Amino acid sequence: MAIFLTKESKVIVQGMTGATGMKHTKLMLGDGTNIVGGVNPRKAGTSVDFDGTEVPVFGSVAEAMEKTGANVSVLFVPPAFAKAAVVEAIDAEIPLAVVITEGIAVHDSAAFWAYAKSKGNKTRIIGPNCPGLITPGQSNAGIIPGDITKPGRIGLVSKSGTLTYQMMYELRDIGFSSAVGIGGDPVIGTTHIDALAAFEADPETDLIVMIGEIGGDAEERAADFIKANVTKPVVGYVAGFTAPEGKTMGHAGAIVSGSSGTAQAKKEALEAAGVKVGKTPSETARLAREILVG
Amino acid sequence: MDLFEYQARDLFAKHGVPVLAGEVIDTPEAAREATERLGGKSVVKAQVKVGGRGKAGGVKLAATPDEAVARATDILGMDIKGHTVHKVMIAETAPEIAEEYYVSYLLDRTNRTFLAMASVAGGMDIEEVAATTPEKLAKVPVDANEGVSIEKAREIVAQAQFPAEVAEKVAEVLVTLWKTFVAEDALLVEVNPLAKVASGDVLALDGKVSLDANAEFRQPEHEALEDKDAANPLEAAAKAKGLNYVKLDGQVGIIGNGAGLVMSTLDVVAYAGENHNNVKPANFLDIGGGASAEVMANGLEIILGDPDVKSVFVNVFGGITACDEVAKGIVQALELLKSKGEEVSKPLVVRLDGNNAELGRQILSEANHPLVQRVDTMDGAADKAAELAAK
Repeated sequence: MAIFLTKESKVIVQGMTGATGMKHTKLMLGDGTNIVGGVNPRKAGTSVDFDGTEVPVFGSVAEAMEKTGANVSVLFVPPAFAKAAVVEAIDAEIPLAVVITEGIAVHDSAAFWAYAKSKGNKTRIIGPNCPGLITPGQSNAGIIPGDITKPGRIGLVSKSGTLTYQMMYELRDIGFSSAVGIGGDPVIGTTHIDALAAFEADPETDLIVMIGEIGGDAEERAADFIKANVTKPVVGYVAGFTAPEGKTMGHAGAIVSGSSGTAQAKKEALEAAGVKVGKTPSETARLAREILVG
Repeated sequence: MDLFEYQARDLFAKHGVPVLAGEVIDTPEAAREATERLGGKSVVKAQVKVGGRGKAGGVKLAATPDEAVARATDILGMDIKGHTVHKVMIAETAPEIAEEYYVSYLLDRTNRTFLAMASVAGGMDIEEVAATTPEKLAKVPVDANEGVSIEKAREIVAQAQFPAEVAEKVAEVLVTLWKTFVAEDALLVEVNPLAKVASGDVLALDGKVSLDANAEFRQPEHEALEDKDAANPLEAAAKAKGLNYVKLDGQVGIIGNGAGLVMSTLDVVAYAGENHNNVKPANFLDIGGGASAEVMANGLEIILGDPDVKSVFVNVFGGITACDEVAKGIVQALELLKSKGEEVSKPLVVRLDGNNAELGRQILSEANHPLVQRVDTMDGAADKAAELAAK
């Protein structure tokens, strides 16, 4: 069953005709994703050939949904236009919008999140500034490499793209139900908690790996949620133990301010909720392996 | 990006928040004319991005232009909590202060909304107010799309229980402060104190503004607000090359792809350092996806230019990026540096995993560079890099 994305998902790409959109649409098709269209008002009515697969371009998300039954949109729209593109996806009430775009201003992400909320959260937003999500062997919505691992019974949720890949690689022989990169921006749509709840409910997931990093209190809140609601084993990792205060570590949200947002505080909160937390990615993988394989 | 007080003052003034006159100077002599322009007396205020400068002696009254020069002489060059004072603001002296309040807007990450904070107990550390007397700090969520109208501002004022005689004036300040917050793409705008003076007016006497670097594409004026003097020279050089680099104080230079992996690499190196003379990571450097030979060369050049660096750890997990391309990049980078006359003398430990890792490893083996070592696990490579840095 997996979470959020299956082989039945019908995917459109906003920003498909740009260089990044073209590159990743091709890769997603190669991973078996059912891509039913692209969106670009200036190229509506045309189509793009991806190694023999003709993908039609529509003028709007609403039109694409009407003509194809699309239920997932992946966005590769540049930061300056990303807010309008997400708002368009929300207006069309597409069930899932995966915002890959990096570098969106916080006032824009706060605005589209507030807008999604005011519309009753009919659109699940993943990201921004995330690698998207993959259900190995079924569908790939974003930029996670499709060939790292195979279908399996681990669910993964992570703020970081490359740590997602690293962890999938470390546990590639066991395989994953779904892996979701939620992004490292200060305002994100889908949170650790949302993914944890979905994995808890997913009969094809036996263990959840949760990767966090410094900044904010999402991991602490996830720890509270796990304590109260998650019965499946959870293994955690937090990056940034040695990050100094006041320096942004690559992700706009990865910053320790005063006593809040430290890796140590997050680790302690997770451990208090019964989560086994690894000191390094390899140790985290070992902890997951011990639970699943013994 | 955090701004200096004088920059915050300028932005407040631009958007209609009531402030006192003031100008920034960087030589004592300039304090004379600036003070004359203010009618002969002024407040000399150290411009540092740290709190507590008043207690540290960084804010002084000057009753005459001569005194302003003397005070500026004292304060320029002063060290306040590790920050050297390079600039002072010569500000208009405040009329008699009757009350001190606090107002701010910021991002509430937890609730994914903006937040107005307001208190009649201003003038002091607001974190202390929040901790000791939380009932004195009103926190009101602000919808990003609805913003702060005068009605919303009145709601904030009511929740913070401002006295009736200043309520409308504070509400007006809240509206103009919201304009500042939105128009400048700020992550924080804070006025502390917002003073009620003898005449009954309210004035922003000191403030903090932090701007969103992601909004630079539509805020062309923000670049000029950067404090280029204070930036570490390596950080400044990296920024000029578009690299995401943060200088730290250890000995192992770090290059990786992806913010999370690089942060994790810093941790793994620090743990490994515990067994090797306590060496630590020397920097954060994320070269991002699709690292070309040029990006790799730029990164290596910055890191090798850091005199603290004793060894370098290149940690790449090939996702979309192919490791053979990364390996070629490293080899080309070393050649490029050599051709520039900057031959590398520090050892490099390279770990490649993921997409086309075998090909990449093969390229490194074939290049057989005497200073480049391949270690194929992240933990093993971190240990080797730490060991080499400890030598």
